[in-house]
Amino acid sequence: MTTSALRDLVTRHPGQADQEPFLEVVDLRVHFPTDDGLVKSVDGLSFALDRGRTLGIVGESGSGKSVTSLAIMGLHTRPASEQTRPGAQLSGEIYLEGEDLLAKSPEYVRSLRGKRMAMIFQDPLSAMNPYYTVGHQIIEAYRIHNPVNKKVARKHAVDMLGRVGIPEPSRRVDAYPHQFSGGMRQRAMIAMALSCDPDLLIADEPTTALDVTVQAQILDLIRDLQSEFNSAVVLITHDLGVVAELADDVLVMYAGRAMEYGSADQLFNRPVHPYTWGLLGSMPRFDRPRSERLLAIKGAPPSLINVPSGCPFHPRCSYAARNNGRSEEVLPELAPVETGHTVACHLTQIEREQIWEHEIAPKL
Amino acid sequence: MFAYIVRRLLWAVVLLVVLSMVTFSIFYLVPLLGGATPETLAARYVGRAATPETVHLTAEKLGLLDPVPVQYWNWLKGVFVGASYDYGAGVEQCPAPCLGYSFVTKQPVWPELLDRAPVTISLALGASIIWLVAGLSVGVISALRRGTIFDRGAMGIALAGVSLPIFFTGLIALAFFSYKLRITAPGGTFVPFSENPARWAYSLLLPWITLAFLFSAQYARLTRAGMLETMTEDYIRTARAKGLPERRVILKHALRGALTPVLTIFGLDVGLLLGGAVLTEKTFSLNGLGKYGYDAIVNQDLPKILGVTLVAGFFVIMTNLFVDLLYGVIDPRVRLE
Amino acid sequence: MNHSRSWRGRALAVAGLSATLVLAACGGGGGEAGSQQGSSSQGAQAAFNAASTSVVNPSDKKGGTLKFANEGDWDTLDPGETYYAYSWNFARLYGRSLMMFQSAPGKEGNQLVPDLAEAAGEPSDGAKTWTYKLRKGVKFDDGAEVTSADVKYAVLRSTDKQIFPNGPAYWDALLDLPSGYKGPYKTPNMNTDSAIETPDEYTIVFHMKKPFAAFDYLAQQPDTMPVPKDKDTGAKYRNSIVSTGPYKFADVQPGKSFNLVRNDQWDQATDPNRKALPDRIEVTLNVNADDIDNRILSGDLDVAVTAVGVQPAAQSRILQDPNLKANADNPLGVRNWYTSIIPTVAPLNNIECRKAIMYAMDHTAYQTAYGGVFAGGDIATTILPPSVPGHADFDLFPSGPDHKGDLDAAKKSLEACGQPNGFATNMGYRAERPKEKATAEAFQQALGRVGIQLTLKPYPQGDYFAQYCGLPPYVVKNKLGLCTNGWAADWPDGFGFLSQITDSRVIRPAGGSSNMSVRIPEVDKMLDQALTELNTDKRNQMWGEIDKRVMEEAVIYPGVYSKSLLARSKNASNIFVTDAYGEYDYLGLGAQK
Repeated sequence: MTTSALRDLVTRHPGQADQEPFLEVVDLRVHFPTDDGLVKSVDGLSFALDRGRTLGIVGESGSGKSVTSLAIMGLHTRPASEQTRPGAQLSGEIYLEGEDLLAKSPEYVRSLRGKRMAMIFQDPLSAMNPYYTVGHQIIEAYRIHNPVNKKVARKHAVDMLGRVGIPEPSRRVDAYPHQFSGGMRQRAMIAMALSCDPDLLIADEPTTALDVTVQAQILDLIRDLQSEFNSAVVLITHDLGVVAELADDVLVMYAGRAMEYGSADQLFNRPVHPYTWGLLGSMPRFDRPRSERLLAIKGAPPSLINVPSGCPFHPRCSYAARNNGRSEEVLPELAPVETGHTVACHLTQIEREQIWEHEIAPKL
Repeated sequence: MFAYIVRRLLWAVVLLVVLSMVTFSIFYLVPLLGGATPETLAARYVGRAATPETVHLTAEKLGLLDPVPVQYWNWLKGVFVGASYDYGAGVEQCPAPCLGYSFVTKQPVWPELLDRAPVTISLALGASIIWLVAGLSVGVISALRRGTIFDRGAMGIALAGVSLPIFFTGLIALAFFSYKLRITAPGGTFVPFSENPARWAYSLLLPWITLAFLFSAQYARLTRAGMLETMTEDYIRTARAKGLPERRVILKHALRGALTPVLTIFGLDVGLLLGGAVLTEKTFSLNGLGKYGYDAIVNQDLPKILGVTLVAGFFVIMTNLFVDLLYGVIDPRVRLE
Repeated sequence: MNHSRSWRGRALAVAGLSATLVLAACGGGGGEAGSQQGSSSQGAQAAFNAASTSVVNPSDKKGGTLKFANEGDWDTLDPGETYYAYSWNFARLYGRSLMMFQSAPGKEGNQLVPDLAEAAGEPSDGAKTWTYKLRKGVKFDDGAEVTSADVKYAVLRSTDKQIFPNGPAYWDALLDLPSGYKGPYKTPNMNTDSAIETPDEYTIVFHMKKPFAAFDYLAQQPDTMPVPKDKDTGAKYRNSIVSTGPYKFADVQPGKSFNLVRNDQWDQATDPNRKALPDRIEVTLNVNADDIDNRILSGDLDVAVTAVGVQPAAQSRILQDPNLKANADNPLGVRNWYTSIIPTVAPLNNIECRKAIMYAMDHTAYQTAYGGVFAGGDIATTILPPSVPGHADFDLFPSGPDHKGDLDAAKKSLEACGQPNGFATNMGYRAERPKEKATAEAFQQALGRVGIQLTLKPYPQGDYFAQYCGLPPYVVKNKLGLCTNGWAADWPDGFGFLSQITDSRVIRPAGGSSNMSVRIPEVDKMLDQALTELNTDKRNQMWGEIDKRVMEEAVIYPGVYSKSLLARSKNASNIFVTDAYGEYDYLGLGAQK
C-alpha cells in the first residue's frame, strides 16, 4: 500500500483532517538480528496522533508496544559507544510535526528527547537513578535543554514536583527515589519527564506497578497535565481499563502489527477483531455473573522470529477455520470498517457483525 | 551516624587488644605448647658461640622465663605507661606507647614503626590512585567496546598484570628503566615527602607503577563487569530518554552505578596494602612496614612482629570502618545503624 | 663464624632467574661490560679471578666515594659483638685491633701484622701469658688518646653474654677471669687483673688458663678494638661507635644506612697498615639481593658487602658473557662443606666400611650439589682448605681419574669389613638447605652403586646440632651413619678450623657440637701440643699432620672448599681478594670517582 494511501487510512480527528498530524508513524518496522534469527518486533505499523489527544496502544507482552515507543524516541539507535554489535534495523517513517525522525541524525533526535518528546516508564524505582536525588535528576533533565543556573533550575524542579501533586516539594526535592512511595515516585518521574514542557509524552505502562487507588490519581494527573500543556500522549498498556479511562484513540497490536485501530468509543462499543473481542472478554468484571467463564484467548503469543504465516493471529483465532485456509496464507491488510475505524482481518463485515451480536456482546 | 562511629571506634580498640593477645599467643605461647622451652626460644637470638649459660641469660633478658600471661601483661603495661630497658651501660626509658625492644637489634620498636609507616603509606596511596584511575578508565572503555581488539587486548594485559608476580615485574622494571635507561630511581632511594616532594615522587615512581600494574587489572575487570551490568539498567534508558549526551550517560549514570563495588574493594585493598606491601617493598628495597614485618618474621623477632601486626591490624580496621561509612554515603539506599 | 646469610627463598631465585633470561634476551651484556672504563687506563685488562692473586686497578689515588650494600641488616657494627667475616673485614676501617690481617692480596692477606700494637705479642709462662705494647699517639675520633685500659675494657665488656649474646666467646673460655665475673656492667668492681693487666698506659698483659701459642690470632679479633668507657652505651653502642680507624661514622640510620667519613684524628704516621684511599664510604642496608647484583653490574654500586656471591640470576649472566666474566672473581672461602661418617653407628664402627664410603662416593656429584665449580667450590680432599696455613695437599682416598669414585677399591673395602653386598644406613641433612638435600641425594645414588642403601632423613636446621645429628644418643638410636656438615673457621688458622670439629672433648652428650664423628685420643693430644708450639711454621705443619691423621680415620668426607662468585666494582681501585676472609679486602679499596 502506498504511503499516501496509508496516511489516508490513519485515524484523523474530525476537524483536523486537513492539517498535518502532530505525530505520524508510517509502516514502521523494527527488526532485531539475533543469534537465533531475526526478531520482527514491529512489522509494519502505522498510526497518527494530534496534539491534545491521547492514543492508547494495547497488546500482550511482546506485541511490540514498547519497541514502537522506543523507536519514536530514537532509543534504538545505539550510541557510538556501543556500536560493536549489530543493532536494530528500522525502516519506515516517523514524522514529528512534519520531520521524519528516522531520516535525521542521532544527535538531532537526541536534542529533541526530553525537550519535545518525553517518556515515562513502568517501574519508577528502577527507572530512576538510585544514586542521585530526585531533584538532581529533574534539574539535570532541565538544564540539558535550558541554559540556566542551578538555582533557577532547582526552583523549577520544586515547581514541577508541586505541580504533580507531591506535598512539601521544597523538602522532597532532596530526597532519593527509594524514599518515595510508589505513587509519589511515579509522580516524580512524570515531573522529570515534563520538566521541559514536551509536546509529546509517551507513557509506557505508567500504572502497572502501582496500587489501584494510586493508579486513578496518576491517570488523572496525566490527563490534567495533558490539557494544561496541550501535549499529545501515547499511552501504552495491556490494561483495557486504563485505556477506557484515558484514551481518545486505541490501537490494538499483535505480533508487531496493528490488528484494529479506531476511537475508544468505536473499539469498546463496536469492536470487530477477534483479538479485540478476546481482550475485552478476558477482562474480569464485577457486573457479570461469576458462573460464566472468562473469554480467554487460547494459545500463547507467537514467536517473533517465526511469525505465523498469513494472519499472525490465526493459530489462536476461533474463526480462522472459516476462511478455507486463507487465514494461513494471506496477510490481512488494514481495511476500513467505518470512518476512522480500521481492522486487519479476513472476516467479512457480515460475519463480524453476526458474531459480535450473537456470541461476543452477550458475554461482555 | 555519630553514635555509629563512636561505637565502631570502641570496637576497634577492643579488636586491637584481642589482636595483640592472639598474636602474642601465636608467637610466645604456641611454641611452648609445642614442646619448646624458653631456652630453645632464646637460642634463636644468640650467636654460634653461645654456651647454654649464654642462652639462659638471653632468655632472662628477653623476659622469656616469665609465664606468658606475665609477659603479655608487661608488654601491655608498656603500651600504656611505658617501660624501661637495661642496655648494659645504663637504663633507658621507653615512653608510652612502648611496644618493646627488638630481640635482634635491641632498638625500640615503636619509633621504627613510625619511621617505616610513611614509606608504606606513600607507596600504597600513590599506587592506589594510579590503579584506580587506570582501572576505571580501561574498564569503562572495555565495557563500551566489548569484543573489540581494545577490549581483548586490555583484558589480556590485565591478565598478565594479575598473574605476573611483583618481584618479577619489579626486578625487570628496575633493571630496564633504572639501570639501563636510567630514567627512574634505583631501588632503596626513598626520600621522605617532607624532605623533598619532587624526589619523593621520583623515588616512588617505578614502585607505584609496578604495583599499580598488578592491581589495575583487577579493577579494570571489575569496572568492566559493573559497567556491562549497569548499562542494561532501566535508569540508563531513562537518562537517554531525557536527551542527555551519551558521555554524561556513561560517566554520570552508568559508571556511578558500577562504582559501588569497586570503591568497597578499593578501600579494603588499600587497607591491606597499608599494612605492608611486602613483596613490592622487598623488591624495591623500600624500608616500609611490609619489609619490616617480613624481616621480623625471618629473624623471628617477636616484638617487631607484634608491632607490625598491630599497625597492620589498625589500618585494616580503620579502612574497613571508612569503607562502611563510605558505603552509606555513596549508596543512598544503605542506612547505617 | 658465619660467612653466609640464611638461604634465600627459592621463589626469589626463580624470579630472579627468569628476570635474567629476559634481560639476557634483550642483549643484556652489550651495554655495560663492553666499555672497559676503569681498567683501560690502569694497565692490562683484568681477567676472570685475577683479584684472587693480584691487585686489579692498582692505584694510590685518594678521594672518591665507595658504595656498599647489604641485602640484610648488619648483625651489629659493635666490634665487641659482631661475628661475620665480612664485618670483621669491614671493621678494620673504623677500628684498630691489637693485631690485624694484613691488607694484601692472596696468601699475604693471611699474615698477621701489628695494628694497635707495636709488634706481635710476647709470650711468657709457657705461652699462658701474652704481652703487647701499644703504639703511642693513636686517638679516638673525639681526640682522646687510646690507652691499654681502653683495650682491656673492650675485651671485658665483650664477655657480658647477656648484653652481647651474638659474638665469639673465646675470651670467656680462655682468659683466666675471676669466678663469678659477669662483665663490667654487672660486676664493675671486680678485680680482673688475673685475666688482663695494664701495668702502664701502653702495655697490656693477658693471662690464659692454658697455653695458647696462636694468641696473635685471638688478638686480631675486633673485640680488642678499644672502646672508651665513658662513651660506652652497652647494647646501644652499635649506633654510636667511637672510631680509631681512618674513618668514623656519620648519618647512622639503624636498619637503613650509614656512612663512613674521614676520621680527622687518625694519624697515618701511627698506621703503616692502611692507605685509606676513599674519602667516603656509603653503606645501604636491606637492599634486594638481585637488585644489588644488577647495580654492581651496571656500575651504580661498588661492593656487595656480605660477599656470599651473586644470586643465581646474575651468576648465569656473568658466566655466559665473557665480558662480564672477565670482571668477576671466584675466591676461595675459609670454609669446607663436608659430611660426617659416624663410627658409633654399625657397621661404620669398622674402618673398612667407612673407607668403602670414601671410595664409593662421586666427588663431582658433591660439587654439583653445591653449585658447581664456580658457585659451589673446588673438590676437597683434606679438611683444611688451601687458604689456611698448614694446609697440605693430599688425597688418601683417590676417587678415580674423573673423581666419580673408585668402585673397585670400594668393593674391596666392603669385603674387608664383612659386607660384600653392601649395607643399609640413614643419612641426615638440613631440610631447609637445598644444597644439602642435593648432597644427600648424590650420596644415595653414588653409594647405591656398591650396594650401600641410604635412607635420607631431613631435619630442621635450627635444631640440627642440638637435637638431631649433633646429639650422640639420637644418632645411635636412629642409625644415622652419615650427616651433612660444614665448617668455616673464625680465622684462617689450624686452631680455628680444627679445634671445634676434630677435638673429641667438644662433643657433649647433651648435643650441640659440630663435631659429630671424630673421637681420636691421639688427635686430642696433637691439638693440645700444637697450641704450645710457638714457632708458627712448625705449628702450621702440626695442623697439617692433624688433618691427615683425622682423614686416615675415614670419619670425615670432605666435599668442597667453598667458593663464591663475586662481581668486581667498575668504580673501585685496588681490588684484591684477601685469603684472611675469602672476600675482597675492604681496607684496600680505593675509589676512582
